[in-house]
This record gives sequence, structure tokens and C-alpha cells, in this order.
Amino acid sequence: MNWIPDLRRKRSGEVARKRLKLLLVADKTGCTPELLEMLKSDLCHVISKYLEVNAREMEVGVKKVSSHESKDTIPALYAYIPIHSFHYKGMF
Amino acid sequence: MSEVIVITSGKGGVGKTTTSANLGTGLAMLGKRVVMIDTDIGLRNLDVVMGLENRIVYNLVDVVEGNCRMKQALIRDKRYPNLYLLPSAQTRDKTAVNPEQMIKLIDDLRDDFDYILLDCPAGIEQGFKNAIAGADRALVVTTPEVSAIRDADRIVGLLDNEDISSIHLIVNRVRLDMVRRGDMMSVDDVVDILAVPLLGAIPDDESIVISTNQGEPLAGMDTPAGQAYLDICKRLLGEDIPLYLPDVTRNLFSRLTGLLKRA
Repeated sequence: MNWIPDLRRKRSGEVARKRLKLLLVADKTGCTPELLEMLKSDLCHVISKYLEVNAREMEVGVKKVSSHESKDTIPALYAYIPIHSFHYKGMF
Repeated sequence: MSEVIVITSGKGGVGKTTTSANLGTGLAMLGKRVVMIDTDIGLRNLDVVMGLENRIVYNLVDVVEGNCRMKQALIRDKRYPNLYLLPSAQTRDKTAVNPEQMIKLIDDLRDDFDYILLDCPAGIEQGFKNAIAGADRALVVTTPEVSAIRDADRIVGLLDNEDISSIHLIVNRVRLDMVRRGDMMSVDDVVDILAVPLLGAIPDDESIVISTNQGEPLAGMDTPAGQAYLDICKRLLGEDIPLYLPDVTRNLFSRLTGLLKRA
């Protein structure tokens, strides 16, 4: 009998929601998840020259934001990049 | 003045025709003069869901081509004398009608009806363009599934481009038990992703299958889906009805009471 809930299993509703959000962004902007992954790795590469960042903690995506010019929403690239420490401590 | 509402979805099989039949029935039940138009030329279905398949003589294409008068093609509902169906043609295809002809057809009906419901075919081709051509507002039907919501999003974009300003969402086949255990996107999730105002949500209710089998829409009947459809009709009339999603989980108790009711 399979009556004990498997707590490790990821809830499929949440999986669907995340897949859908990525899919809609890809449909609208032509930014596929692979492209975003490549962009993330390049960004990480460039930023690593100056700051200590970790690609695994970075989030790069496209979301809808309200446009400054009109009342429509437009897609915008966003990046969430937590900084661990500055390489060049002498800067400040 | 009548209101022309197109019921569309993009993806097939999410419940456009069932929704059209039930909204038509519900609005008629609330005393409105309603005509439902099946715009899916070549794949006629709404007549079957309404249980009127044996009464068809003329169809939409006959009216457009002038083979008959509008009154001859309209079929009166079995239960509500203020509810009519204009069936689609089964032996023609969607190129038999163009958007201008649809607009004229709808304008001819405006004086006689309060609500004109257009059951849209699946897809985004000619049939879709015909169906939305004469519409004042659109109801987008979706289910809480990735594929259906993706198509709904595309449809919303196309409707925006066509100057249909009033777009509302109906989330069909919601299973509250699955939402609760996290295995189905919630109605809020769907509304959040599509960013379209919600008109109503329909629980996944087995009475829908029974009603379709019998050819009798269940709007207004004492079943979860029947009540949800009637609520949507009341909202269309401007009433402020809060969203209520009953849990249709079949637990032992409800099965027993269901058995007793049937006996």
C-alpha cells in the first residue's frame, strides 16, 4: 500500500508552474532556457574577474515589467547575483 | 443591445464547447434571450452537447450563402424557449466563411438576442479569426496544465491585437484535492501567470461527463460544476458572486450519500 506520502518528491504543481513561466518567456522573447543558461555562465565568467560570485547561486531570467513609455508590460532581463566578497579590497 | 461573447482557448479539449453550452443554458435560465453559434465548421459539436443533433436542417454556412433564412436555421432548445442554437456545417470546411460574413451574420442577430455566444474552434487559423471577428468580449477557457495555459497565453496575445478589450479567464477542470497536495497548479497560479482577470473556475466534476452523455447541459443543477457555471452566468450579468470551488473528492461519505440519492 502506498499510503505514506513521499516527502522527498517534488510537488508536480510547482514543477509545472516553473516550467510554464520559463516556457512563456521563451515563447515571447526567443530566450530559451539554454540561452539563459549560457548567458548566466558568461555573466558569471565576466563578473568573476572583479567579484567572487557563484554560478550555482545566480539567477538569470526574463520577467515582465511595466514600461516607462507606455502602460504596457515589456520583457526585461534580470539577474540575481549574490556577492561573496570583493577581490579588490583596496578599492574602498 | 446584445453582447457578443466568444468562448475560445487555443488548445482543443479544454472545454470550450461544454462551457458554451452551459453558459448558454445558464443565461437562458436567468431569463435572457440567448443564441449560441457553433463556429467550428467541419467539426460540429455543440449540437451534440446540447442534445439537439436530430433537429438540424440548415446550418451556419447555409445562412451565410443565402440558402435559407436565419429563422429556418435557428434551433430552439429543448428546455428553454429563449435559447437557440445556430449549428455549424459538418460537410464544409472553415474556408466556407470569412470574417466579414461572420460580422454580418452576428449583426443580423443582435436585435433579437441579449447574448450571442460564439463557440470557437481550437487553433489560431481561419476558424479562430472568423469566430473572434464579431465578438465584443472574449472568455478564454483553460485547464491547470502547462500546454493549455501556454496556448491560452498565445490566444490572449492575439485577442489583444484584435482590439477585443474585455478578456476574462475561465479555469476548467480544477481538482482541489490535487491542488491541496501540490500536484496541480491553483487557480491563483493560473491567473497570476496569464495576468487576465478571472471570471470563474469549474471543478473537475464527473457529472459533466454524464450531462454530455445525455445531451443536457447542467448549468444551475445541483452539482459542483452546475453551480460554478451558473455563478459565471450571474457574473456575466454583473452580479458580484464570490468564487466558490467545492471539493469534489469522492470520499467514502460522499459516495454513500451519492448512492442513497440515486436510490
